[in-house]
Amino acid sequence: MSKLTMVEAVNLALSQEMERDENVCMLGEDIGVNGGVFRATKDLQKKYGDDRVMDTQLAECGIVGTAIGMAVYGIRPVVEIQFSGFTMQAFDQIEQNMARLRNRTRGKYNIPIVLRTPFGGGIRAVEHHSESREAYWAHTPGLKVVIPSSPRNARALLAASIREDDPIIFYEPKALYRAFREDVPDEPEIMEIGKAEIVRGGKDITLISYGAMMRPCKEAVNDLADDHGIDVELIDLLTISPMDTDTLAASVQKTGRCIIVHEGQRTCGVASEIIARLNEVVFEFLEAPIKRITGFDIPFPYFQVEEHFLPESEEIILAIKDTIDWK
Amino acid sequence: MAFQEHEKNKTTSSEEVVSPNTPSAMHTSPIDLGHIEVLQILNEHGEVDGGLEPDFSDEKLLGVYRSMVLARAFDKRMMTMQRQGRMGTFAPNIGQEACIVGQVTSLTKDDWFSPSYRSFGAQIMRGWSMEHLMRLWAGFHDGFPPPKDVNDLPFSIVIGSHVLPAVGIGMGMNYKKKKDCVLVNYGDGASSQGAVSEALNFAAVYKAPVVFICENNGWAISTPAKKQSGNEIIATHGIAHGIPSIRVDGNDILAMMCATKEATDRARNGDGPTLVEAITYRMSLHTTADDPTVYRNEDEVKAWESRCPIKRFETYLTNKGILDADSIEETVASCDEKVIQARDVFYAMPPADPTEIFDHIYNSIPEELQKQKEEYLKRLHQKGVDE
Repeated sequence: MSKLTMVEAVNLALSQEMERDENVCMLGEDIGVNGGVFRATKDLQKKYGDDRVMDTQLAECGIVGTAIGMAVYGIRPVVEIQFSGFTMQAFDQIEQNMARLRNRTRGKYNIPIVLRTPFGGGIRAVEHHSESREAYWAHTPGLKVVIPSSPRNARALLAASIREDDPIIFYEPKALYRAFREDVPDEPEIMEIGKAEIVRGGKDITLISYGAMMRPCKEAVNDLADDHGIDVELIDLLTISPMDTDTLAASVQKTGRCIIVHEGQRTCGVASEIIARLNEVVFEFLEAPIKRITGFDIPFPYFQVEEHFLPESEEIILAIKDTIDWK
Repeated sequence: MAFQEHEKNKTTSSEEVVSPNTPSAMHTSPIDLGHIEVLQILNEHGEVDGGLEPDFSDEKLLGVYRSMVLARAFDKRMMTMQRQGRMGTFAPNIGQEACIVGQVTSLTKDDWFSPSYRSFGAQIMRGWSMEHLMRLWAGFHDGFPPPKDVNDLPFSIVIGSHVLPAVGIGMGMNYKKKKDCVLVNYGDGASSQGAVSEALNFAAVYKAPVVFICENNGWAISTPAKKQSGNEIIATHGIAHGIPSIRVDGNDILAMMCATKEATDRARNGDGPTLVEAITYRMSLHTTADDPTVYRNEDEVKAWESRCPIKRFETYLTNKGILDADSIEETVASCDEKVIQARDVFYAMPPADPTEIFDHIYNSIPEELQKQKEEYLKRLHQKGVDE
């Protein structure tokens, strides 16, 4: 057991998976000698060689496109895109081939790629460095979308993603890369993809979030319990697609109320999908409209004002109180 | 042989490049690309260049001839079936048979081939049955996957989007230390795609065992090749990326066979990628949904008629004494017959199974998708489709 940051936990997962399976390789910009701009791949090239940890050219579409071919050939590439905003350069290959080649070949070729990329705001970065566009990927048939929220689940979910035969967009909440440490077992650990986690049981209202937004949610939950006697059930989605509707529905069936929090833009966002599904299965248990606290439908603002764009615990507390009081 | 000659020319060409750091660079005339010669072994009259004539066996030459005739027969039948309403939109290959067939003549079973949509003559050689290709063009899901033992990619409809994965397969061969190669085909239109430039770049940097065939047939639907680039010699795209590149008469089957043989040898020897720009011409429609009289002059098409790749190969084989009028007639008749047989097999194949469209998206079907599948099955049931 070691106390690791999320970025160290990501590094541990990558290292252990490369150790376990010689077909696991990595491609990305500055991931080798430099160890990645966030140091997530630190020392891995030294350990596994430049054939397996490949410093690529500056071409995201090229990285993803060639990784797809390698995957067809039986290799298991882990791709790092430096910032999720740059993934748009590779949209063509993700949509045309990564997500579809399995279907196009009726299962003849699997595409076991993990596309790791840091997402989200809060690090005072320039434009295109703070995006949360997970809804794009969740909207794309053939992809799975996984988003950890802590060092331990980042390691276990990344290891599980690398072992999956389907392509995965693995969004790493960069605001949490070095935000806190957590005990991570030294031995490899796997978490099932497609399962949400009930982080805290509660009876009054269900709060659903993922990624870096789990932090303000936890603060809000603690404040509400301490200061207002409101007992919140907090759920960490962990996998955006395929979504664990059952866990969400069972919780809302019990509490009758629900709030969803994410950084990504609101319209057609992940919260919209959650609300639609809850509406389908637990409509008759709802005591109040489901609320969403999300990024606004504007490009992520420049960093002087980013804290106003990102949901904070105060808004969450207010929304929960409103929903509890709704008549 | 011819290719090394070309390599020398290429060096001469690059020596002429003026460094952009010299004050006069901006005033220098564009590089004269005119002397990047086009490799031709068999001219349009079927006369062979004795100094370049390759030593392929009679059996191989006749087999290749047959494949070209078959590609044309398939083409004609598919056009007929499409006009009868029994086939989907189809992209004919007439006039490009030498280029299409020639490029795969030096590939082995362990090599990979990444075709584009007009490559069916090559796909047949790689082991795709004609009835399988008919299923593909007729809109059946089971038509797209390559046959079980065939190492091919399916073609991508988004132009040029298959080239990067093909390079990735080559990188995979290096990763697994295999001595095989991958051959990828794309057109003059695709050469404008950013992803194709990235593919050339990755292949060059990783010395991937890739043969790029740019099948320059003069037209990307209505856009002439000269409008695809400020420099209409597509072979220079390879040179710019540090890839040995050659222009070939794509209607000359011997030149196609020789150029791709050398390129695949280079790839297998660890010498990295090669780009072959094959100059050919789209004699017919882009697809059955196209009307080229809207945008191109019929005189241009007529001028290419005399360059028919099959005619000139017939002349060569006849002069060689291994083909005559009777065997030509026999070959054409038996290819037509084979296509008819495939057509009949295709007509007798089962209808599309509407229930399996959810089954290959993921390795195992997620719960939400399973629910949608059940909803869809219910819809089929209501329509009486499942009965």
